[in-house]
Parts: sequence; structure tokens; C-alpha cells
Amino acid sequence: MNRYYYDMHIHSCLSPCADDDMTVNNIAGMAALKGLGVIALTDHNSCANCPAFFKACRRCGVVPVAGMELTTAEEVHLLCLFPTLETAMEFDGEFKQYRVKIKNRTEIFGNQLVLDEDDNVISEEEFLLPPASSLTLEEAAEKVRSSGGVCLPAHIDRPSNGLIGVLGDFPEKPRFGFVELSANAYGGEYAVALPDISAYGVVKNSDAHHLWEISEAENYVTLDDEPYSGDLIRRRLFEYLKGEKA
Amino acid sequence: MTVNELAEKLGLERVFVAEPDRIIEGAYAGDLLSWVMGRAKPGNCWVTIMTNVNTLAVASLLDLSCIIICENSEIGAELSDAASAKGLNLLRTGMNEFEACAALSRLL
Repeated sequence: MNRYYYDMHIHSCLSPCADDDMTVNNIAGMAALKGLGVIALTDHNSCANCPAFFKACRRCGVVPVAGMELTTAEEVHLLCLFPTLETAMEFDGEFKQYRVKIKNRTEIFGNQLVLDEDDNVISEEEFLLPPASSLTLEEAAEKVRSSGGVCLPAHIDRPSNGLIGVLGDFPEKPRFGFVELSANAYGGEYAVALPDISAYGVVKNSDAHHLWEISEAENYVTLDDEPYSGDLIRRRLFEYLKGEKA
Repeated sequence: MTVNELAEKLGLERVFVAEPDRIIEGAYAGDLLSWVMGRAKPGNCWVTIMTNVNTLAVASLLDLSCIIICENSEIGAELSDAASAKGLNLLRTGMNEFEACAALSRLL
């Protein structure tokens, strides 16, 4: 058993609100410097940078997880993580039909850059990524789960786009095993009054939009990693997140 | 004014009406449920586009007189079933929230 320090919520330069310096190699390199073992790329409503992210992470010796921060029809942010790169890209392809077609205006929202493994810009996403998709929370959770992925409500302590802020409380459906809290918990007048979350597993992620926001080696999961391989660690992480193994 | 009279005057679709004679006391508009939960008052008519089933939990908690769903936002079977289970008044209109509030302000 070993401790794996993680950050499972990181945006790349594909997200318009993220810094253009959030290239896949910069993210992987920074995570390695900080001593993180597992990191997930979770851009708004797209997995387009995950293939390059996987290659960059392998160079740096960090285990990559492909993900997406999905915006539901209610404007709840749902952190979706996929067991393999292939399942993520398949989900991404199917998800495109549920996105709204509003053209991005880079001077207002920022760039949406798709990279190759050497950080070269290979294309730009034409439609603005973050707005609400047409999938309800329940529909989105069902689709993620049937693809083999896991999903958890993102930054539930944040008033905007957090599940509790938007819906007031946990809905009866869908059920979640884990919730995400912001690494720097919100406080003061912006704090959301959280219901009892003792029945939930908690992960704390950075939601980094800039390189310096990526988590330090603070939050970890303990995983059985013998015989060691990136695939095994990812599999064990998903067993943990699905509640199959504590 | 009662819920029934309001539905009549504004031509609202009656998705489910449990208490047609419930008196409307003021109104509140908003879509962020945590925000509405802390601010709307008992008896208010609530104008929103949010059709998650938690909308009804908030209306029930605050004892609101009715909910008006705007812009014909899609109402799933779960929401209408929950309205009948909780005995709430659920109405719908093609008006947007501004138009619905403007119409309400002329009547209330």
C-alpha cells in the first residue's frame, strides 16, 4: 500500500477561463515537482486535451486520469472521471450533441486551445465550452456511470455552480458516493451552508486554472499498487471512488 | 388573489393544482435554490425556470402558494408527480421571468 497524493480537478488551456500557460507538459511537470502521484485533467465540457495530457504525464512519471467538468442543465458542475483515456474520448464524442452552440469570443472569454503532446496548438475549440449542457444532473450521472466512469458534485462549498448552492440540498437522485470540496474552502459571506456530508467520501482538489494553483502534496489516497503500473493505480483509484474498496 | 384566479387571468398552464383557493401573498423570482430558500416568504408565488425536483422541496419547506415555471421549461414526470405527492400548486407559462413578474405586479 502506498500514499498517492492527488489533484483530480485541473483545467488546461482548453478551458477559456484557464491560463494559456496551462499546457499539458506544464501541468504534468508542475505536478511532478509538487510530488503528486495522480492527477486528472477536467476541462469544461470537453476531454479534447486528454490524449496529449496522457503522453505528457507519462514523460513526467505521474499517473494521468482523463476527466471533464460537466455543466448540467441546472448549471451544476459535475466532476466526471473515466477509467481509461478511450472511455473518456468515447464519452466526449457522445457528449458533444448536448453542448450549446455559442461561438467563443476569445477577446471576452479567452482561448480554447487543443494541444499535441509537445504543447503545440493543433486546433481551437470553436464553441464556448463552459455553458450549461442540455443534460440534467440525473441524466448526466447516468451517462457517466454507464460509460464506466465516476462522477461527483464539484466544489459543493462554492455558491456558483456548486450542487448545494444551485439545488439547496442533495437531491434524492442521483446518489453520490463522494463529493468534492475546494482545496481552499470558501468562507465568510460567500460560504454555502452545507448539509451533513458525513455519509459521503470527500476529495479536495485545486480546480486549478493557473499553474501555481495546482495542489501541493496534501491530499492523498492509499492504494494497493503491487505489481506497480499506471493502469493498476488508476484501476485501484476507481475502485476506491466507486466505493468497492476502502 | 387565489391561485385559481391568477392562473385564469394570466392564462397559465395548470400542471398540478392541489389548492386552487390558496391566497397568494406577494411573489419572489429566482433560480438559485439555496438563495431562494433563505429569502422567499410563506404565501409567495415563486417565479422560476428551475425544474429540478428540489424546486418542490423548497416550495414545500417555505409553504409557498404556488410555483410558476417560465419559458415552458421542461417539466419531467417526476416533478409533476412530486407536486401531487406534496400537494403543491405548479403552474407553467411561455412568458419569461421578467414578463411573468411584470404581469404579476399588475395583479398583486
